[in-house]
Amino acid sequence: MDIRTKEAVRYLGYGNHAVDGRTLALIASSFQELEQSAGRRIIYRIFHVSFENTDCLSIGTLKIKSRNLAKNMKGADRAFLLGATLGVGVDALLRRYALTDMARVVILQACAAAMLEEYLDSCQEELRKEQKTEGYYLRPRFSPGYGDFSICHQEQILRMLDASKKIGLSMTDGNMLTPTKSVTAVIGLSKTDISCHVLGCESCEKTDCTYRRI
Amino acid sequence: MIRTHLGKDLLYFDGGLGTLLQSRGLSPGELPETWNITHPDEIINIHRRYFEAGCDIVLTNTFGANALKFHDSQYHLKEITEAAIANAKKAALLGVQDARQTYVALDVGPTGKLLKPMGDLGFEEAYAAFREVMRYGEAAGADFIHIETMSDTYEVKAAILAAKENTNLAVTVTMIFDEKGKLLTGGDVPALVAMLEGLRVDALGLNCGLGPEQMLPVLKELMDYTSIPVIVKPNAGLPRQRNGEVYYDVEPEKFAETMEEILKLGVSAIGGCCGTTPDHIRAMIQRAGRRKLIRPAAKGDTIVSSYGQAVVLNRKPVIIGERINPTGKKKFKQALKDHDMDYILREGVTQQDRGAHILDVNVGLPDIDEVSLMQEAVTELQSVTSLPLQIDTVNVSAMECAMRIYNGKPMINSVNGKQESMDAVFPLVKKYGGVVVALTIDEEGIPNTAEGRCRIAGKIIEEAAKYGIPKKDIVVDVLAMTISSEPEGAKITLDALRKVRETYGVCTVLGVSNISFGLPCRPVINASFYTMALHSGLNAGIVNPSSQDMMRSYDSFCALMNYDQNCETYIRKYGAQTVETTQKSDGTQALTLKEAIEKGLKEEAYHGACQLLKSSEPLEIINQYLIPALDEVGKGFEKGTVFLPQLLMSADAAKMAFAVLKDSLSERGEEAQKKHKVILATVKGDIHDIGKNIVKVLLENYGFDVIDLGKDVPPETIVKCAVGKDVKLIGLSALMTTTVVSMEDTIKLLKEQKPDCKVMVGGAVLNQEYADMIKADFYGKDAMQSVYYAQRIFAEE
Repeated sequence: MDIRTKEAVRYLGYGNHAVDGRTLALIASSFQELEQSAGRRIIYRIFHVSFENTDCLSIGTLKIKSRNLAKNMKGADRAFLLGATLGVGVDALLRRYALTDMARVVILQACAAAMLEEYLDSCQEELRKEQKTEGYYLRPRFSPGYGDFSICHQEQILRMLDASKKIGLSMTDGNMLTPTKSVTAVIGLSKTDISCHVLGCESCEKTDCTYRRI
Repeated sequence: MIRTHLGKDLLYFDGGLGTLLQSRGLSPGELPETWNITHPDEIINIHRRYFEAGCDIVLTNTFGANALKFHDSQYHLKEITEAAIANAKKAALLGVQDARQTYVALDVGPTGKLLKPMGDLGFEEAYAAFREVMRYGEAAGADFIHIETMSDTYEVKAAILAAKENTNLAVTVTMIFDEKGKLLTGGDVPALVAMLEGLRVDALGLNCGLGPEQMLPVLKELMDYTSIPVIVKPNAGLPRQRNGEVYYDVEPEKFAETMEEILKLGVSAIGGCCGTTPDHIRAMIQRAGRRKLIRPAAKGDTIVSSYGQAVVLNRKPVIIGERINPTGKKKFKQALKDHDMDYILREGVTQQDRGAHILDVNVGLPDIDEVSLMQEAVTELQSVTSLPLQIDTVNVSAMECAMRIYNGKPMINSVNGKQESMDAVFPLVKKYGGVVVALTIDEEGIPNTAEGRCRIAGKIIEEAAKYGIPKKDIVVDVLAMTISSEPEGAKITLDALRKVRETYGVCTVLGVSNISFGLPCRPVINASFYTMALHSGLNAGIVNPSSQDMMRSYDSFCALMNYDQNCETYIRKYGAQTVETTQKSDGTQALTLKEAIEKGLKEEAYHGACQLLKSSEPLEIINQYLIPALDEVGKGFEKGTVFLPQLLMSADAAKMAFAVLKDSLSERGEEAQKKHKVILATVKGDIHDIGKNIVKVLLENYGFDVIDLGKDVPPETIVKCAVGKDVKLIGLSALMTTTVVSMEDTIKLLKEQKPDCKVMVGGAVLNQEYADMIKADFYGKDAMQSVYYAQRIFAEE
């Protein structure tokens, strides 16, 4: 089973359980259909980072109060802000199948989430290589909505990236990203390499979560 | 006047502004438009340098000046707009040293938000945002309105209507395409051109997104379709990223060289976008060094479009799906009365799956609010299918409202030769654009000769021309009359088809199945007549794409006439068919209904139910087979042996079986049982509705009558519905902490106005504690829990 299939299975709530053949087949065909409908676009910029205290930091003109993010960013003096999206095609697909085939909707949704993460991982790998030559190391990416990093910061992040114009990524009045299969994130950059064996999911404090990576 | 200048002389637009402002200290995230007031000298200086470089048109620094972006700014839009125009005018005074005519165009960019159904911005809200800045712009002396960098056809339609309905200024539009020739929202070049020309813009074209090189292929395609002046404003190459910064690397000379290529394709105005500077524009103008231009020739294709695709009627015959129409359909009428939108939408996607290219939409019934229902049907259909729609109504208000909110260039059904009809319909086509079906009937009735019908077609085409509606936007329906009462009917119709095509060179449309009214075994006659009509020059048949006979006629015709290259479609569709049909008709079913549902097999569940109906009563089947199967799966889900995808496969399979049983019951005039009503909604501010849809499928399976209010639903709408329909249970979903507030508001309002109604809540962010805090009656940690709760609530009654 490839990584993205494993991730899709995890998002579907299977945990440690074996996944049945029909679901696996549906996952495969969903990935195929997504390859037709999903676009992959990303925009990122580097900003200067400064800390006011242990809870408060600034990334460019963006002021954030978040203990979790500050911890993640400790020692970083620069950071990437990034936005990425699979585009409106995926949402159209989900709307269409919601009429006739809810099983396919939840599987498409899980596959799209896996696909987006996979895309971000590959972009991040490129950035890691690029930054290494500059003497910088990357922190794990951290998104609004993780821990106490409020999604209220979405609007300013999108503005700083000019994300609507550049990649068609915008948000609703309730700070939710549109298209729905989209991500914004911060990746800290520091001159020291702190070996981060804890990645996004595992660092979360909700240890009884159905979707936890085990 | 820009209108008289554009398309006669080659005109030069300015270049990038944002990139220059950033180099002068505009910080990322800062609203550039505030600089009109805080740094007027910088703005004037940039505009001035563009005028000095030889530009005829400078765009004001108002790209993002709309209330949606300026909701937290200290400046009012009016001040910003006035300052922006004053700055540009001042720059013209300073920078233009010769006698050339220059223009200051009000620059209007996208709102920065996605419109429904992709986002949460309503069409009329977008319209209002554009209207505001456009009114200020005209009052402050803008010479015309330039709408640019748009990537969504719907948003651009809102902007164009706002400009046309609120100002007297000329309107030009440029859009962003990607290298594949698609808009971000999926639209293609012909679809865009059809819509923009339909809305009567003064010029259209491309800007941003690509460099001049990459724009060439997209531009070539655009030139194949457009008949009006074209504007091209590329970036200085593709955006590149280095060390976290975006930059553009095409140098002025190289830029100018490619712009020369672009001019040769017949463009009427050129300029630059991101990364271009006064040096790029100077080099471009010096290299072009002329005012002469080649205008695009008038094109004759008949095109209808949606947000996602165009359908060209005059190349290959197309199928217009006729099923969204209550005439003679009991179930469809009932669905309209019950406001069962899902039923209508499923008719739409089924026809798409069966091969329709355009969907006819008719929702007219006596005692129904056709205006609002037509709008709703069009909006909802466009959220699940990208096929263009044919708005089919005799109600002119319904027609206008639907044309207004339609995303694309619609087909309109219909106008006829009566003066009254033409007086009502043509002004709408002129304003909103559209391809209109012209029925060959007038005050005297339907002529019973081909010549007579042809003459009415001519009259309609002539009248349309008075409105500036070209004949490519008229599709003639010569009408099919049943041969059971008109023995010569088919011959006249076929003759008229040929005559209309020969005489006027317009496209034709026909409601094919009318021909057999009153005869037995209608599909046989219909299919033969369809083939004959196609051979006589029918472009668009209004047929039922689920009818095998009709599709066979169509597919064979396309294969025979070489519309289907190498018979590819024919072979794909019919190559393996004989095997499949025999397999299904022999009726042997290995699986019982219960097994089929537990395994989540839709087809088998359908056949299982049909099989059982031969020996059992529908209610018996529901209670003895269906419900126990669902319970079994539900228990497995709770125990953790069945997972969400399997639970839903079973639910979908059960739904198929239910449909069969429901039909059988209603044939006998019985109802399954008195259904309990449950409202479901995703609360205001929230657009993630998958959780709600999962609960919906399950509740429906357990016999509840679900009233689905959709997503992003305000508290008032939910409470009003609960009061109006006396509903006892509401399920609310929310994904994020930010929208739990709307949930709380809804509950509060409900407890005031309908205290006997219970509320169950669910969603990623919720837990029992949260649910208690917002005073919900029940927290469902998964979809099955909400089913059990609903059962408990109504069992108590």
